[in-house]
Amino acid sequence: MDGGGIVFAFYVLAAVTLISAAGVLVSRDLLHAVLFLILTFVGVAGLFVLLSADFIAMAQVIIYVGAIAVLILFAVLLTPRAGRNNGETKFALPGILLAVCLAAVFLFVIHDVAWTTNDEAPVLGADQLGEALLTTWVLPFEIASVLLTAALVGAIMLARTPQEEAEDALA
Amino acid sequence: MSIPVLALATDHWYDLRDLANISDAILDGADKVLPFGIVYVLAALIGFVASFLIFVLPSQLYLGVYGERKIIGRIQSRYGPNRVGPFGLLQPIADAVKLLTKEALTPKESDRAVMYVAPIIFVMPAVLIFAVIPFGPRMVFANVPVSLLYFMAISSLPVIATFMAGWSANNKYSLFGAMRIVAMAISYEVPLVMALLGAVVVTSGAPYAGDFLNGLALQDMVLWSREFHIWVVFVQPLALVIYFICVSAELNRTPTDIAEAESEIVAGYLTEYSGMKWGLFYGMDIGYALGASAFAATVFLGGWTFFGLEKWVPPWMIFIGKTHLFYFLFIWTRGTLPRLRSDQLMAFAWKFLLPLALFNIFLVATERMIWSSQDYAKGLIYVFAVVNIAVSIAAVYGWARFLGYRPENTPVRPRLVKNAGGYIPVGSEANR
Repeated sequence: MDGGGIVFAFYVLAAVTLISAAGVLVSRDLLHAVLFLILTFVGVAGLFVLLSADFIAMAQVIIYVGAIAVLILFAVLLTPRAGRNNGETKFALPGILLAVCLAAVFLFVIHDVAWTTNDEAPVLGADQLGEALLTTWVLPFEIASVLLTAALVGAIMLARTPQEEAEDALA
Repeated sequence: MSIPVLALATDHWYDLRDLANISDAILDGADKVLPFGIVYVLAALIGFVASFLIFVLPSQLYLGVYGERKIIGRIQSRYGPNRVGPFGLLQPIADAVKLLTKEALTPKESDRAVMYVAPIIFVMPAVLIFAVIPFGPRMVFANVPVSLLYFMAISSLPVIATFMAGWSANNKYSLFGAMRIVAMAISYEVPLVMALLGAVVVTSGAPYAGDFLNGLALQDMVLWSREFHIWVVFVQPLALVIYFICVSAELNRTPTDIAEAESEIVAGYLTEYSGMKWGLFYGMDIGYALGASAFAATVFLGGWTFFGLEKWVPPWMIFIGKTHLFYFLFIWTRGTLPRLRSDQLMAFAWKFLLPLALFNIFLVATERMIWSSQDYAKGLIYVFAVVNIAVSIAAVYGWARFLGYRPENTPVRPRLVKNAGGYIPVGSEANR
């Protein structure tokens, strides 16, 4: 796993990720932004492959590209046509401020943390990951699933029409 | 992979039972003569030519286009293509030439870039799927440890391409098609993954040659059915049924092709496409169906094994035969079943398939616990097979009845409206 190929692949994937991330910001068309976002997700999945985290890379594609991006596309479809192409810049200044703050925090963390480096590729198979999630990290894992269930119930509550609520109140 | 694949074939180059031998021999020879790097180009060329000759040409063109039209023609009491060449055998080539020479129109108000890119993005995953499919003991291009997840990941990509196609055409029927396909993809992805999880639970962790099988790797699933002399489909019949229905919905095969329903929304997301751009969508629909069939043959039908026959017959021939057998199911349902309504399909995914898939996981997980506590006794898996087939049939029938399926209420023979005394809705009291 050494040699020029992997370095080349890293730079190509990094370029794809960054350029498409820039595309998300720059494009005025909402749909184009979503498509660039999908390309960003794919690029990040490629970077995971380079880190020999195959399972996480595949999960990234399945969850982010297969599910979340499709849900975003669904949301775009349900947006009225006028809201898609005008590209309002009302929030540009606060957005830039927030981004600068976030970048500062990230740079601070990257610079100050003493990263441990390891010459050998860690074994990160699906079985190790599953074992870790269901033994050591079982509590955060279960809390996350409770949170998702709560979000699901909340979405159903929000989407109900007044008639349905009235019917449920009678029952 | 640390698990040794049993040496079925020798590694002599002339042993055609595994085509990897001959390609390895050619590449080794070339590596000694040619400068560094050329060998990779040569490998790509060999792969392209070999896959084209043994798989793409017979499957895509002949089973996919010609065979499908011919078989559906026979199902519907027609002749099918019979004018171009003997028995109409040159029909696919004529079709391809026609498509290549046709003009590919782009509507003026469309999103030109997205509309241009969509067919290209649609083609890529169909090719990528075959990277992890094991055609033989050594004939797997990328034997990654998570190849089952790789398949899942890749098969979720074409939805985005079809959405791009439907959106960019700037046509309301295209948009309807895109919206339907996105809704259907979200719905059918869930029971599909649940069904495959059942197959993974059965195979993963089983002992094999001093090691344990990795249920997420397709090659290991084939080795499982080789080791225990049973195909996964017998242990997981319900999973195969759910997989088949979900995959035919995701691929827009005809009983569930609401995204391009001609009678409702012209041609859905394909409405504004013409020429070879349309041809790419059409051809790759067959490519995806073949990929899904190859995947089902690997996971559920034992891949390149056939109860010992693989020692005598080239394993890749067995595999291709199984793939085409499964593909015939797609053709069969396409030729015989009427199209479902959009809301019926959604209700079917969430109310029928998902509970059954969850029940299947519960069942198979219980059996898996019993199996590992019995030290993976080989005979026990046949007991599980009998139990699972019986329980699956009972579960499907019971859950259908619970949801209101009453076959005895529908009239067995057609009743003339006049004799029945006017129109009576099916299922009303007078009809019983």
